[in-house]
Amino acid sequence: MSFSFNDIIFSNEQRKPDDYAAITKELKRDILKSLALAGSGHPGGALGIAELMAVLHFGGVMRYDATNPTWKERDRFILSPGHYVPVLYSCLAHCGYFPTSELATLRKLGTRLQGHPAGFGFTPGIETTTGSLGQGVSIAVGMAMSDKLIDKNSHKVFCLSGDGELQEGSCWEAAMSASMHHLDNLCWIVDNNDCQIDGRVKEVMSIYPLKEKFESFGFAVIELNGNDVEQVISGYEQFNANHKNKINKPTCIIAKTIMGNEISLMHDKYQWHGNPPTIAQAEEALKELEDTNNE
Amino acid sequence: MNKYISKGTKPTRQGFGEALAEQGDKDSRIVVIGADVTGSVLTSFFAEKHPERFISVGIAEQNATTIAVGLALSGKVAFFSAYAAFATFRNADQLRVSVCYNNANVKIAGGHSGVTVGPDGATHQCLEDIGLLRTLPNMTIVVPCDYEQAKKATIAVAEHIGPAYIRLSRAKTAIFTNADDDFQIGKADVLRDGTDVCIVACGALVWEALQAAGELETKYNLNVAVINCHTIKPIDADTISAYAKKCGAIVTAEEHQIYGGLGSAVAEVVVGKYPVPMEMIAMQDRFGESGEPDELMRHFGFTAENIVNRCLLVHKRKIEQK
Repeated sequence: MSFSFNDIIFSNEQRKPDDYAAITKELKRDILKSLALAGSGHPGGALGIAELMAVLHFGGVMRYDATNPTWKERDRFILSPGHYVPVLYSCLAHCGYFPTSELATLRKLGTRLQGHPAGFGFTPGIETTTGSLGQGVSIAVGMAMSDKLIDKNSHKVFCLSGDGELQEGSCWEAAMSASMHHLDNLCWIVDNNDCQIDGRVKEVMSIYPLKEKFESFGFAVIELNGNDVEQVISGYEQFNANHKNKINKPTCIIAKTIMGNEISLMHDKYQWHGNPPTIAQAEEALKELEDTNNE
Repeated sequence: MNKYISKGTKPTRQGFGEALAEQGDKDSRIVVIGADVTGSVLTSFFAEKHPERFISVGIAEQNATTIAVGLALSGKVAFFSAYAAFATFRNADQLRVSVCYNNANVKIAGGHSGVTVGPDGATHQCLEDIGLLRTLPNMTIVVPCDYEQAKKATIAVAEHIGPAYIRLSRAKTAIFTNADDDFQIGKADVLRDGTDVCIVACGALVWEALQAAGELETKYNLNVAVINCHTIKPIDADTISAYAKKCGAIVTAEEHQIYGGLGSAVAEVVVGKYPVPMEMIAMQDRFGESGEPDELMRHFGFTAENIVNRCLLVHKRKIEQK
């Protein structure tokens, strides 16, 4: 059994909310296919942030040049939960960093698409290794410091963390330092799906109240539904305004999402944190996404 | 006859602090992260000279290390310094995943290594850092032997591309290398030639090794070579195997645990290239304790006297094997 991947490139421009449906479906199809082919990996979280990722990469929010991954003027995106990486690989492929056909090599020997992001320079478009939770947010803080404090440029740094990830104490070290150093060029998105391997975040180890925590750490907090494209667009717009207006504090977007969103098999089920779909399950799910390119 | 004489004493951390501040003038990419102990590890010199490139993150070594990675991935040469115990173990996962797997241009300076930290006791006497860091791919490890060499090692580490660790001491130790001596990462210094036994040492034990070699010559008529193995990784396998062959017996000496440090690194070379009898002077798989630095060095056998005894022992083994 093999799946093929649409080799469509999406441009990076402001779009109307309705224009994102095709993109998010494409990302979700890629996630399901690549994980089913890999026979291992983490579908739930990746599927849940399709909208957040689609707007970030294809909505004119971030500056990048897929033909020049180390372009000095680029904005950065750090995916702190490295296990979400299938959705990032899919985005990067549709940006044009590498061919979409490469998505079929996920997690296989010799691939550039490692199970968790490998070191900088290993995969075009990947800014850093992540996979040990809590580290990506500090790396993003370091990049934001480099831009704002040292180089004094106008680059932006976006970082997405999980919610369970916030149980790692070093996340709060990162939050403290982002705030004290006034990093208004940093947008920290918390994927709040309330799922982790052992169950619900609020039951395994509560990280709530989240809004109050980030506010008390000195962040400008935006709460939104991360699966609602309209709200996601407005959230990024608000951050861009915060950055432009030099509010002297970092922005945190708390995005409520649903793990495995809109895939019946996986919708809001934490059991899909780290189990890949079988080929048959992927085929079933792809029907829900109106895939017409399934061989 | 030793050509190396002591020209006074200063701690290696001072050489590091001074050189880093000076190198900051020449290289505007250098950024230093402080984690509260800047006045102890002497990154305070850099902070005073280049406040615009000094970032304080407080007592948060994990964050400091990964922030350094973010800076490095943005084109900076990022230095993070704290006590060795907290700059290598508290942040070990960050060093492994974010620094080394990224091959990021991050430099860690571990101050207050070894028992010479003194009265603070075992929590602060880091004796395991080399062993830990030696297991990490892409990591370079440098242990300067005195103040003068610490300055050169700091510049070399700043100019080196990729992760590097420089191991420093709190206590004042003899300054015996010269400003115009060569220093190259990965190239061990043969301080004294010899044919009977070779001492391979690093850090403060190099000075002790030179004293021991002098005594072995005058009292026992032994011709002992002394190698300052300032780079533990990548180890200078060519020089070590050449001296294994030339001397037929090796004594290693380091202010570190017996497992995983310089002795282990030398043994790995020797067994692969030219097996000879070896003795290792190191901490014998136990924690340190409070005391004055000199007292502790004697208590744990980090002395010229112990090196002399172990040289005699290994020399005897060599003769018996023949």
